[in-house]
Order: sequence, then C-alpha cells, then structure tokens
Amino acid sequence: MKKLTRMMVAASLTVPLMCGIASAYELVMPTLDYRTGPYAPNGIPFANGYGDYLNMLNERDGGINGARISLVPCETGYNTKLGVECYENTKNEGQSGALVYQPLSTGITYQLIPKASVDEIPIFSMGYGRTSAANGKIFPWVFNFPATYWSQATVFVQYIGEREGGMENLKGKKIALVYHNSAYGKEPIRTLEKAAEKYGFEFLQLPVDHPGQEQKSTWLQIRQNRPDWVLMWGWGVMNQVAIKEAASIRFPMDHFIGVWWSGSENDVLPAGEAANGYLSGAFHQPGGNFPVHDDIRKHVYDKGMGLGDRDRIGEVLYNRGLVAAMWASEAIRKAMEIHGTNEVRGKHVRDGFEALEVDENRLKELGLANFTIPVKITCENHEGPGQVALQQWDAKAKQWKLVTGFYEPLRDITGPLIAEDSAQYAAENNVSERSCN
Amino acid sequence: MIYRETGQFKANYQDDQALFPIAQDRYVIFGILIVTFAVVPALLNEYWLNAILLPFLIYSLAALGLNILTGYCGQLSLGTGAFMAVGAFSVYKMMVAIPELGFIPLVLLSGLVTAAVGTLFGLPSLRIKGFYLAVATLAAQFFLIWMFNKVGWFFNYSASGMINAPPMTIFGVIVTGPEANPVAKYYLVATIVAVFALAAKNIARGRIGRNWMAIRDMDIAAELIGVRPLVAKLSAFAVSSFYVGMAGALYFAVWLGSAEPTEAFDINQSFLVLFMIIIGGLGSVLGSFLGAAFLVIMPILLKNIMVDGLGTDTSLAKHFEFIIVGAMIIAFLIVEPHGLARLWRIAKEKLRLWPFPY
Repeated sequence: MKKLTRMMVAASLTVPLMCGIASAYELVMPTLDYRTGPYAPNGIPFANGYGDYLNMLNERDGGINGARISLVPCETGYNTKLGVECYENTKNEGQSGALVYQPLSTGITYQLIPKASVDEIPIFSMGYGRTSAANGKIFPWVFNFPATYWSQATVFVQYIGEREGGMENLKGKKIALVYHNSAYGKEPIRTLEKAAEKYGFEFLQLPVDHPGQEQKSTWLQIRQNRPDWVLMWGWGVMNQVAIKEAASIRFPMDHFIGVWWSGSENDVLPAGEAANGYLSGAFHQPGGNFPVHDDIRKHVYDKGMGLGDRDRIGEVLYNRGLVAAMWASEAIRKAMEIHGTNEVRGKHVRDGFEALEVDENRLKELGLANFTIPVKITCENHEGPGQVALQQWDAKAKQWKLVTGFYEPLRDITGPLIAEDSAQYAAENNVSERSCN
Repeated sequence: MIYRETGQFKANYQDDQALFPIAQDRYVIFGILIVTFAVVPALLNEYWLNAILLPFLIYSLAALGLNILTGYCGQLSLGTGAFMAVGAFSVYKMMVAIPELGFIPLVLLSGLVTAAVGTLFGLPSLRIKGFYLAVATLAAQFFLIWMFNKVGWFFNYSASGMINAPPMTIFGVIVTGPEANPVAKYYLVATIVAVFALAAKNIARGRIGRNWMAIRDMDIAAELIGVRPLVAKLSAFAVSSFYVGMAGALYFAVWLGSAEPTEAFDINQSFLVLFMIIIGGLGSVLGSFLGAAFLVIMPILLKNIMVDGLGTDTSLAKHFEFIIVGAMIIAFLIVEPHGLARLWRIAKEKLRLWPFPY
C-alpha cells in the first residue's frame, strides 16, 4: 500500500511537469469523447472521424497553415461530471490552451456554456446542445450550426405534411415523440407543441429513461394509441432498442423518423431487414467515397495511425465527426487569417467561427464537394443555414441514402421560441445583449 | 510513543468529555485545519481546486449526512440522490426568487427544506426496518426525481428541464456561476464542511447521538431503557437530510453550475454515497471523508496517471480504472470489513501502546 501511494504521489507530481514541455506552437484541440458505456456505439465512430480528419491534416499539410494540431482526448462516458473534470483538465493544455470544445453531449454543453465566456474558449455544439444559443447576441461563445433541434423538429413536421398530401391534412393526425428523458430529449417538445397548436395534430410525449434499454411499455403505448407518425430523439443503445421494438410491433418504418443522432448504421443494423425504410434527419452525405476519405486512407490508415477500422470509414457518424473537425479547422484557419498569426488562442478562434464561411467552392477544395450544405455564420446568427434533409435506410444494400432535398425550417415557430428562451437565460444569469453592428 | 498519553491528566468532567480528549488528536485536527485553509489554496491550481477538492468536500458532506442516518442510527437509505436533488432545486428556486438573503443562508434554508422532506420520507421507518426500509427510501428516490423532471415550476419552465445557478456573492466575492473564483468556492465549501463535520462529531457523542446508536444496536432494548424511537429515528432522518440537502445545494450551485435531475441525481448517486460510507466506515465522521476520498479522488488520480503519465489509450484507461477501483474496494473490505476508519482506529490503538502493542 505504501509503495502504491508513493508511486501515485510521484506520478501526480510528474504529470504537470511533462505537460509543460512544448517545442513549436501547437494547436490544442481536446476531444471529449466516449468510447465506454451505453453511448459508446455512437461515441466511437464520431470520435474516430473527428480524430482521423485532424490527424490527416497533420500528416498531409503539416497541420493548419503549418501549425500542427495536438489532439487531446479525454474520456467522458457521456457523463456530465466526468465531462466537467475533462474540461478543467484540458482547458489550459499546452501553449495555446484549448481552442474549441465539442462535447457531443447536450448535458455537458449546458455545463460548459457559462464557463466558455469566462475562459474565452468557444463551444461548437454542432447540431446539438442548447437551441437558443443560435442567438449570437446572447451567446457569443457558443455555435450550434448547421441547424438546431427546433429547426429539425419543424422540418420533420413539414416532411410529414408533405407525405400526407399538404399541411392542412395534418389536422387530426397523431404524432408521437419517443425521447431520451434528459435535457437533450426534451429540447424539441416545446417546438412540437407549438406546431401541434398551429397545424391541429395531436402530440404524444413518450419519455424513455437513461440508458434506454427498457422500452416495452413505451411501444405498448404506441400500439394502443396508434399514432400516424413516430419521431425519436434517442442516443446510444436507446436507438437500436427502439427500432427493434418498432419492428416487433410492426410499426411502418417509413413513418418512423429519428433525429440525426438516431440515424447511423449502429442503430439500424441490429434490427436487420425489419429496419428497412426507417428515416432520420441529416445534414451531410453518408458514404466513404469522397476525395477526403481517400486522403484519410492514404495519409492516416496506410501509416497505421487510424483510430478505427478501415472499413468503417464513411459511416454516418464517422462522417459527422469528420464534418465537425472540418468546420472547426476551417474556423481556426479563418482566425489565423483575421488575426494574421498562427499563434491563435481560444478567443481568436471564436472570431474565426463568427466569420466562418464554407461555401460550395471551399467544400470542393477540401475534397468534400456536395458533402454538406454551405455554411455562413454571422454575429447574430450562430445557427447558420438551419436546413435539414432526411435520409432513409436501405436494409438490403445496408446503406443510408439522402431521400429529400434540404428543407427550410419554419422560422415563424422557432424564431420567437429562440428569442424567448435566450432572453430567459440572459435574465437569470445577468447577461446583457451585445450589439452586432 | 506518538500517542503517549502519559501526563495528560483530566481534572474535571468537562475536560474528560471534550470533543478530542487526547492532546495529539487536537494537534492533528488543528494541523489539518491549517493545511486546509492556509496551505492548500496557496499550493494547488484551479484544476485541483475545481475538479478534485470541490467534489471531494461536497461528497464528504453528503457521506457525512448519510452516515448519520445509516452509520449512527442504522436506518438504511437509498434516497440520498433524491435528497440532494431537493437541496439543489430548493436552493435554485430561492436563488432566483430571494437572492437578497445571501448565499450561505440560502444553503442553510435548502438544508432545512430537505430536512422536512427527509422527515416525511422517514415516517415509514417507524414501521419497517432494514431492507424493507431501503425499498421505501428507494420510492423517495424515484418519486422525487420524477417530480423534478415533470413539474415545470421546479425548473422555472426552461425548455430542457435544466437548472442553472445564477451568480451570487459573499462579501463581494462571486461564489456561484461561471465567474466564481475557485479559491473563494473552495473556502466556502471547506468552511461549511469543517463546521458541520465538527457539529456532527458533537451531536454523535451527545445524548441524541447515543439515542441513535442505541436504536441502531437494538431498537427494542433502546425503547425499554427509555429512548423514544419516533423522536430518535425522525431526528436522524431530519439531521441526515439537512446535511445531504446542503451537499446537494453546494453540488449544484458551487460545483456543477447547472444540473438536470435525471442525470445529476439518479440512483447511482445514492449508491455512490452509500458505498462511500461502507468503504470509509459506518458510524464514523472520519470514515465519511476517507470514503469520499477513495471514490472521488482515486479514480481521477488513476486516470491521470494512466493517460498523462503512462500514455494509455483513454478508453483502455477507463476500463482499467473500473478494474483497479473494483479490486481495491474488495481488497480493502477483505483487510478490514469495517472500513478505512476502522484501520485508522486500530493503528491509533497500536500507536498508543507503542512500542509494546499487543
């Protein structure tokens, strides 16, 4: 016991010393990933895509504009408390300090939002987190482009309206929401309530408790209430269980729409053929045949540095991690351009995010032509385009495919809600609105 | 030698009944207090204060609370997470509604609210015991968390059900919210924990504490010698919940800053605190601190050693952490089934007789 204590003391003393050594200026990008626990099936491919893209930049281009990226992984297990510990542990890492955080957890994002402005590190909660952070006037340090949960919910309503033959046909229809009973899953409720009021459909709420392995009663309720459509805000094992349960009560899969966190290979494969036709939101293409994937194979996997399996490159969540890394690295590039130096810090990267513009041409240069929607961020709008498409699972080919174009969200519903929620945050936390002119 | 008591004479009853009758114990306590308040904040950086010591102190307070109920009074409770949630939500509602009262009074008030709720859920303890009582407190856990998740009034109707701690100051220093100074937060929590740990030690050795222990050891015998079970059991629930409620308030307002009921206060939280007192030592103030240290600090240290020191892959380190902490729990409980505090007590007995321990 004594020996162990001595070892621990020695190790804890040497840890800070070892972190202090740094030669050239490195861009520190912590990744709060989760490769353990009930959310690991979804956390792993995302973390792999994120890390592989940044490693590819290091290997192919020597980093961003010649400054190498230093990836600092920290395991959160999708647990808020561990996420906070990871944040405190990594925020002052290296010379640059952490440049941007992407927690991939709505709970951790909520923790970090107030801290970000004090520590001057931007938070990029890509398509998750607090929806009202879209209001850049109240949340200068948080970015949630390319679209929020509320935009997505209104897009689903539009899609359902279209499939039913017009928005007027929504009247009297029944739409159920199966959601993860947490801050994340509750995000779309208010939007859907407003939409239900406006279009006259009936809205059913069915919470599923963490981790979501037990859903028999939820789907029994669906069998009894017979909703016309089921929406799902799920994550981790909850997704595959829900899809299997839906299959077992023979719910029509093409009337079952998941949020974009509930639409990856891991979620549908366990249900086999029965998952055919399941829909989910999306803001980028699936598949591993873009030029950027070839670069990753060549510069990362051929050198034996790949984080995951070679044949899983191009899965939906892998690509999502990749696009997150792409936008973050572009924001750093922009920050270097604005401030005329490679030695950027968190506050500079925030400026880079706020001036970020990745259009079709830039996507093509990056080897990602038509991969995702063009994004342009401004001081007041941190949500960017807000457009969402739908993808569908083809169980025979084992492939996801985008089946719709990108829809505009119903801004008449989301706009006032965002204004109201961000105003409430501002009032509770004594934040004053900044001017954007 | 170290613990030689030769020459320490007690001339009156007051000295004999002092909180720490042995002079060496007093010096150690003073030493710990000096280190806690003078040395630690000067030596350690923000990461240590925010991410390691703050949760350690707050969990110690929660463990202390549960130890009063389970360790001293023998009433098994699995509702600690829910009672922490009561503390957190009541301090949140009061911070938004009546911030002018000041933060420390609000923490104490939230402790009182929790004490009331805890007493209410302690009523079944008058009829049922042991594992059956554990199941009744489990009902508190599920009901309260469900309520905080369901009823919009508790989280001021925020869209996600999350609560955020607004900034508050003590003597002009910000102690909650993102801009809070880590040293100020540490001092605040350390003061509250120190004061209430001494209070717990005091209560435990007095009449009330002895009543609790009598009930714990044999309730029928205790009743025969004149201990009223109703008063003893309910007071244990009230005092325990008061501590746990304050811990919940600090946990939410000072450490986390925002919380959602389902994750921050779930059943795992109850188990974690229960394991703390089992490993640390039932019926011991010191044990609450040792148990909290074991389950809060140890995993973080292990992680830092493996990931930063040895360069282990993060997920592999996490799996190893589970294995090592689990193995250490088993090892410690085999060496000393009565917890870490008992190890210290044995060491102390031996030190008193040293160099001829028997």
